[in-house]
Amino acid sequence: MTTHKIYIPRDSSALSLGAEEVFKAIKVEASNRKIEIEIIRNGSRGLFWLETMVEVETAKGRVAYGPVNPSDVPSMFDEEFFLGKDHSLSLGITSEIEWLKNQERLTYARVGITDPVSLVDYEAHDGFKGLRKALKLTNQEIVDEVTDSGLRGRGGAAFPTGIKWQTVLNAPSEKKYIVCNADEGDSGTFSDRMIMENDPFVLIEGMIIAGLAVGADQGYIYLRSEYPHAQAILNEAISIAEKNGFLGKNILDSEFSFKLEVTRAAGAYICGEETSLLESLEGKRGLVRYKPPLPAIEGLYGKPTVVNNVISLATIPIILDKGSKFYADFGMGRSKGTLPIQLAGNLKQTGLIEKAFGITLRELLYDFGGGSATGKNIKAVQVGGPLGAFLPEHQFDTPLDYEKFSEINAVVGHGGIVAFDDSIDMSKLARYSFEFCAIESCGKCTPCRIGSTRGMEVIDKIKDGIDQEKNVEVLKDLGETMVHGSLCAMGGMTPFPVISALNFFPKDFGLEKTET
Amino acid sequence: MLSEIKLQKIEEHLTVLKDKPGALLPLMHAIQDDLGYIPEESYEPISKALSLSVAEVHGFVTFYHHFRTKPSGKHILQICRAESCQSMGSENIEAYCKEKLGIDYHQTTEDKSITLEPVYCLGNCACSPAVMIDDDVIGRVNEDKIDDLIEKAKNNDNS
Repeated sequence: MTTHKIYIPRDSSALSLGAEEVFKAIKVEASNRKIEIEIIRNGSRGLFWLETMVEVETAKGRVAYGPVNPSDVPSMFDEEFFLGKDHSLSLGITSEIEWLKNQERLTYARVGITDPVSLVDYEAHDGFKGLRKALKLTNQEIVDEVTDSGLRGRGGAAFPTGIKWQTVLNAPSEKKYIVCNADEGDSGTFSDRMIMENDPFVLIEGMIIAGLAVGADQGYIYLRSEYPHAQAILNEAISIAEKNGFLGKNILDSEFSFKLEVTRAAGAYICGEETSLLESLEGKRGLVRYKPPLPAIEGLYGKPTVVNNVISLATIPIILDKGSKFYADFGMGRSKGTLPIQLAGNLKQTGLIEKAFGITLRELLYDFGGGSATGKNIKAVQVGGPLGAFLPEHQFDTPLDYEKFSEINAVVGHGGIVAFDDSIDMSKLARYSFEFCAIESCGKCTPCRIGSTRGMEVIDKIKDGIDQEKNVEVLKDLGETMVHGSLCAMGGMTPFPVISALNFFPKDFGLEKTET
Repeated sequence: MLSEIKLQKIEEHLTVLKDKPGALLPLMHAIQDDLGYIPEESYEPISKALSLSVAEVHGFVTFYHHFRTKPSGKHILQICRAESCQSMGSENIEAYCKEKLGIDYHQTTEDKSITLEPVYCLGNCACSPAVMIDDDVIGRVNEDKIDDLIEKAKNNDNS
């Protein structure tokens, strides 16, 4: 009797739509019908409007069904889905689905395909090849590969990763650290979570290579407390890596040793700022530090520290494996490589798209996203999290590229795109930006701590029709003060969404004339 | 006054974690995971063990949204207030939960079953609006799903 291989995701977004119930229903139904199946809990492919997406291995490749609900399971068995046969929920061969076919998955090459905690699966799909190559190189050669790849920090600041590593490599110190910033707090982003839950070994491998490159023997993953699933999977993967000689002393029988642990954060958005994160990791309030000194020179416990985002680190293995040129050949201008783009909010088709830089917002929103979920017009999008500007429709042709976005006072950030339909009141969103800043400000600098609350009050006055002309001036002036006077991006960028909402949607603020 | 048992548990966590670099963060998680909150009475033994002032410990705990100094209900229901969820009508979900439970944010129902908290992103933005009950994230919530999960939580308490 043949055993049929069935894949059911364990990604937390899939679970949030009932993947666990689907898993149970398939198990029970198979057992009742005496059909031999093997269920693999893979990651999600990132097509969340189709979750729970169930796949079956066939001679032609994997065949997908979705969105599956537990009530669909009996009819799927009736139609013999386990043989890859047709059903009303059939999506055909998974890799042929348009959404997936039109991507360039490099960092996410394994996501949704493998069992996240299977080391065998990981190595069968090119896992640890980057590390094995890196072990044969000198520190400088590894750093050069990263520099030549053009990889820039995917957390949002887009600082060249290679230059950061070079600074840490050059800093003389017995002790150095690798810190992974996994405090993914921006609304509209979930790419870090998807790596950690769906391919944790790639992050581990990236961190080991980082340690090897700069001479650090200790790594920390600072993980947000809102991600308990990611925490469990990372800890499981770390322990598997330790048992198999990929972490700990003399990695793969080399001279190099590296320890890695997960530190759970405690729900402060500001701790996604690198110096605040380091304070928190040291067991203190997450107050932002003055820079300089840079963390690369004086970071964790005053020692040279690489602080990189999850995606930056998870992209290192493929760069080392396939070479810097392979990676740099993707993208446009100074934005090299690929970006995991996250489509979120009010869209028909939401999910993860890894794509070379250069695709336009319009292509993403309509070709991939299929327009708004509600069927209304898309009024605005926010790119790059709560500190990113709102973009109105006439800017939808902007290509995703760090410099092109910068030209229109917007940011690519962590690649999250949140769409809003025309029922949204932009003045409410602008007020929320200040409210969020007031809640999450670390309180160290005045423009952010006080400006955020004053900003809410000024917006209320404008909306109430009190001295509108004067108060619009005050709001813009406050924005300038925060941009130029804040210690970090929290206060320094909060005015971006506020002022863009005011400029592009003055009517929502009760203002007649169009401000520019 | 804090019970002897609780004080003893706090001491146990201190013994395990006090020498770890950056001890305060894992320590507070350990205490809250164990007791459900961080009693203010714990500040003094902690400050002594870690050579900190009571003010520093208090400052640390109150800085982080995750930590609480009062017991919560048996379940914690967190509603995402961030932009993506707003774009899919989370405001209505917030209002519905508050009305149904008869409480505002940071409050606990009279039967001590559910504490309501706001949260700023659960990383489930592709399935907005989202909520989290204890460690489970629920996507694309509507009033029916909220009814279900509250009922399930309460049944769970009674069983």
